[in-house]
Amino acid sequence: MDKPLPELEGLTKEFYNWCRRGDLRFQRCSRCDMWRHVPREMCAGCGSNEWKWERSQGKGTVFTWTVAERPMHAAFADDVPYAPVVVELDEGVRIVTEIVDCPPSELEIGMRVEVAFAKVSDEVTLPKFKKA
Amino acid sequence: MLAIQLEASMRAIDDAGLSPKQIDGILPSQYGPTSEEIAANLGIEELRYSATIHMGGAAAVASLEHAAIAVATGAAERVLLVSGWNGYSMQRARNILSKNVTVLPGGAIARDYYMPYGMTVPAQWYALIARRHMYEFGTTQKQLGAIALAMRKHASMNDKALMRERSLSIDEYLRAPVISDPYRMFDCCLESDGAAAVVVTSAERAQDRRHRPVYIMGAAAAHPYPADEITNRQDIFRTGLTDAAPKAFAMAGISPRDVDFAEIYDCFTFEVLQQLEETGFCERGEGGPFVECGRIEIGGELPVNTHGGLLSEAHVLGMSHIVEAARQLRGNQGRRQVKDAEIGVVTGWGDFGDGSIAILRN
Repeated sequence: MDKPLPELEGLTKEFYNWCRRGDLRFQRCSRCDMWRHVPREMCAGCGSNEWKWERSQGKGTVFTWTVAERPMHAAFADDVPYAPVVVELDEGVRIVTEIVDCPPSELEIGMRVEVAFAKVSDEVTLPKFKKA
Repeated sequence: MLAIQLEASMRAIDDAGLSPKQIDGILPSQYGPTSEEIAANLGIEELRYSATIHMGGAAAVASLEHAAIAVATGAAERVLLVSGWNGYSMQRARNILSKNVTVLPGGAIARDYYMPYGMTVPAQWYALIARRHMYEFGTTQKQLGAIALAMRKHASMNDKALMRERSLSIDEYLRAPVISDPYRMFDCCLESDGAAAVVVTSAERAQDRRHRPVYIMGAAAAHPYPADEITNRQDIFRTGLTDAAPKAFAMAGISPRDVDFAEIYDCFTFEVLQQLEETGFCERGEGGPFVECGRIEIGGELPVNTHGGLLSEAHVLGMSHIVEAARQLRGNQGRRQVKDAEIGVVTGWGDFGDGSIAILRN
């Protein structure tokens, strides 16, 4: 069974297209400079519709995680145990991801990580992370 | 699913000393049959008011608030709330979610940003908050276990609880397989078939009925911010209940100290702990010590989930928590009766942290 992939539409398509080019970018408000993720139509902070895709340094820290030991989705049955991790980028936004070179038992909150792109299909490259 | 919801509805209407034709409002669950189907089956000819609250597990208690609003404004006189599903025999929640994430608020967000990493079910979403709580406040696995054990103990006093004959020790709890760390098997609620229903009317109309009425002193519901994405919140512990609880207590004119028991939506053990904190029964960060030493057991300072809850009675989407609160306030619940119970709190938790609360008295 194939793993679920994002549907490449609208702003989500733009986000993942940057990833495909090896570029982690998030939206940043042109008026108040606030970074945001997941993609939104407007800035929830100041109400501005003006924004641009701005390059992230791709570095951050582990904010929290869970270790899935029992598969809840058939496509991930062979992967257990695996850990969905929340990384807080230095720019302030948080992203759900995976740390590719760290077994779940060695995860720690506060661990420094950096982006490591993983191509999962012709169209989709997921931003994953590795130990920094 | 319709059949058991109708059975629960008929029992609730009968228990209220009414006939179905007297019901003029229905608040059905977002997961079940529509108010039109329910009305057609029950013979409700004048359906004046209906609405469906999309707050997942927080919807039952939020519906209680909406029923009270409908009655107070005269939109309806006698409102039926009903929830139920065949969550064991027909369709498991995990399968519903993997096929159609758009049942969630921000379903596309879960699909596009969570599911590619294998984060597909509530046990995994909420474990992120539990893990962070353990990190910030030193909450322990054993403290989560104390919640599972208390619910199991209460189920042993409830003839209708699925787990009434299945005792649980802390060793068994700790030895059980991990589902999604820190949640082990007994941290996770049951998946079961069941339905429950409640009738809400005005205080005047509730007099001279079969049972003495249970009164709604205050109720509120709220969302976390943002409600459609669980990881990008400035304060990850600020959920709907954080905002709803103070409103409900202000409306009721009481404080958490005045409460005799609480029926807390217990999809997972940690959600009980977190809601106890956000309701104000203890300070944030103190939920771990609070649930220890029998404090949340019947006979303790604040009995929680006196029926066994979703963890050990059955998962009826939170409606059975309201039913149990009403029973406790009527009294005569045998071994599990909270002594001199006068005021009870019921909460709901749903989706990515939606919250609802009702404060009830006899």
